[in-house]
Amino acid sequence: MKSGISPAALLCGLVAAGPVAAQTEIEFWHAFTGRLGELVDAQVAEFNASQSDYIVTASHKGNYSETLNAGIAAFRAGEQPDILMVFEVGTATMMAAKGAIRPVHEVMAEAGADFDPDAFIGSVKGYYTTTDGQMLSLPFNSSTPVLWVNRDALSAAGIDPDTDLSTWQQVGAVLDQLKAAGSTCPLTTAWQSWIHLENLSAYHDVPFATQENGFAGLDTELAFNAPLQVQHIQAMGDWARDGKFIYAGRRNEGGANFRAGECALFTESSAGYAGIKSEAQFAFEVRPLPYWEGVEGAPQNTIIGGASLWVMAGQTAKEYKGVASFLNFLSSPEIQARWHQDTGYLPITSAAGDLTREQGFYDANPGTDIAVRQMTAKEPTANSKGLRLGSFDQIRTIIDEELEGVWTGDKTAEAALNSAVERGNQLLRRFEQANR
Amino acid sequence: MEKRVRFKGIWLPLLLVLPQIVITAVFFFYPAGQAIWQSLFIPDPFGLSKQFVGLGNFEFLLSDRYYRASFITTAVFSTLVTVVSMGVALWLAVLADRLIKGSGTYRTLLIWPYAVAPAVAGVLWLFMFNTRVGVVTWYLGLLGYDWNHVLNGEEAMGLVVIASAWGRISYNFLFFLAGLQAIPRSVIEAAAIDGAAFWTRFRTIVFPLLSPTTFFLLVVNIVYAFFETFGVIHTITSGGPQQATTILVYKVYADGFVGQDLGSSAAQSVILLVVVSILTIVQFRYIERRVHY
Repeated sequence: MKSGISPAALLCGLVAAGPVAAQTEIEFWHAFTGRLGELVDAQVAEFNASQSDYIVTASHKGNYSETLNAGIAAFRAGEQPDILMVFEVGTATMMAAKGAIRPVHEVMAEAGADFDPDAFIGSVKGYYTTTDGQMLSLPFNSSTPVLWVNRDALSAAGIDPDTDLSTWQQVGAVLDQLKAAGSTCPLTTAWQSWIHLENLSAYHDVPFATQENGFAGLDTELAFNAPLQVQHIQAMGDWARDGKFIYAGRRNEGGANFRAGECALFTESSAGYAGIKSEAQFAFEVRPLPYWEGVEGAPQNTIIGGASLWVMAGQTAKEYKGVASFLNFLSSPEIQARWHQDTGYLPITSAAGDLTREQGFYDANPGTDIAVRQMTAKEPTANSKGLRLGSFDQIRTIIDEELEGVWTGDKTAEAALNSAVERGNQLLRRFEQANR
Repeated sequence: MEKRVRFKGIWLPLLLVLPQIVITAVFFFYPAGQAIWQSLFIPDPFGLSKQFVGLGNFEFLLSDRYYRASFITTAVFSTLVTVVSMGVALWLAVLADRLIKGSGTYRTLLIWPYAVAPAVAGVLWLFMFNTRVGVVTWYLGLLGYDWNHVLNGEEAMGLVVIASAWGRISYNFLFFLAGLQAIPRSVIEAAAIDGAAFWTRFRTIVFPLLSPTTFFLLVVNIVYAFFETFGVIHTITSGGPQQATTILVYKVYADGFVGQDLGSSAAQSVILLVVVSILTIVQFRYIERRVHY
């Protein structure tokens, strides 16, 4: 690897060389800005420097929704890129658009690339493969929810910071103690639907939706109003009423409260690592996401959030060869291991995880492998493979609205979840109709 | 009494209004026609296929009680934005009109907020009212008031109304000030000599003479509140908490651009178009009668 050369130097080299006529251009649209954007650019520059047949041009197209929209609008105008980054909730939309995409396994096979789908971590791969194991899009950035602990806040409340927080029962007891000790924010969360319903369901091996969470057909119906989910949301609602759970917003607004040291416990993506590490002025720790003790099969495995790379239809065979070569490069252990260590996203292949361990990263940064272990401890079941639901962005908004009703005390957990299921099912039926 | 200029023939007047007609056709009638056409289908996002559903999209929307509820939210929101932005602007304009020194500076400063884009205005207000680091929230906390627009629907509504009305105040201020300055001094002086105090003069002379401006601003502001405020909603509340700030135009955006449900989104814009047309007709038929030109 050319690890001794900086990405900037590589870029300079490219500019000096100029675009050679023989090079095939591969367009890649992504949704990353800031540090993540720089890291993507560095990967692209490294790929461009590593060979002379193809040149990848990466463009930032806004946030996840905007990037998806840009891709869709471009496709309608016949100007689509070769590779489009799509967040996990857009998976069903992309899958259903059979004429607009090329499945990754097909692109790889046609290009004769050496591609082994089994190299990918099961629960990462599962989200983006068909029920018969064919990979549709290449997992790119994946994370999973964990429990972040402010050790200093626990000590201040007279709680042993090493106390066991594996189960929600134990967390409940700690929240009582924190509240009694005067904590203004014992627990907060980011991404409430993703963590407290989608992952809750997978982690306890209960369905979030019928038809294998939508993998087995468009006629899926939401099923997250079962006793387990109602019990969990009711417990959270009770904690909210008592000031033990502080709701900060629909996205990751709660992160600011946690990083400022105000909150003791925080359920958030494992990819929150970079931000927490750079800002937290207190001793923090990563713990596995808690589960409800006594539920059969729990803890199963958690599911991912993040994005994958989709190959768009309508390009030349030569471009597809270049795409295959670029995607293979991205999933190589060295690139993946570095990406995992720089960002806190999961390593998407087992080899990248092993390489990271060999490099001593987990020893130097304790807890960074919790997410990996949580995801790979068990072989995913039909309930924990992932979710494939149409209009899922809107369904999440509905869930957000209904959960807010529980946090304010306007609704019981049961009424809110029943209503969310009923409203969400209407959208699923529309999606089914649109993609018939 | 009416004096009208009459053109001979039809071609010159037609030529003169042609640019206006062309612009309206290209930027209004064509897109509106497209929206009506698309509202009859359920397409897939990529435009690969679409199914004719007739009025199915409208049935789907109107049978949804959450969608119906957002009419009430929109009515409350638009009324508040219009009243707040026009009320404050009128007050400021009356004050500015009485200024003798420094009115230029005062006016310039008041016009500035109009240059701030709605989404940016949203972010500015969000910072001030941020539940954790907001300056206003902090002062309110000192007064013993626990501000939390993340969970409290009324506070969320209040915040988006202020953020939406704020930039509009400048615009309305300009028109009110111009209107006030067009009122002949002699009329006001005559009333003052007859012993009418400021408030009486305002009520019986100034406000009626200002009515064309007020009427124009009423129409323009309601249209603004209906159509152009989604940037503020998007940055501050995303329609929440629950559905407290989901106004019709925000739902058009969310369903179309985030949810990729273009059929429903098109149907919603048609409904919005009808609502605003009816409102405007009502305004012109019933309120305009009370306007003195």
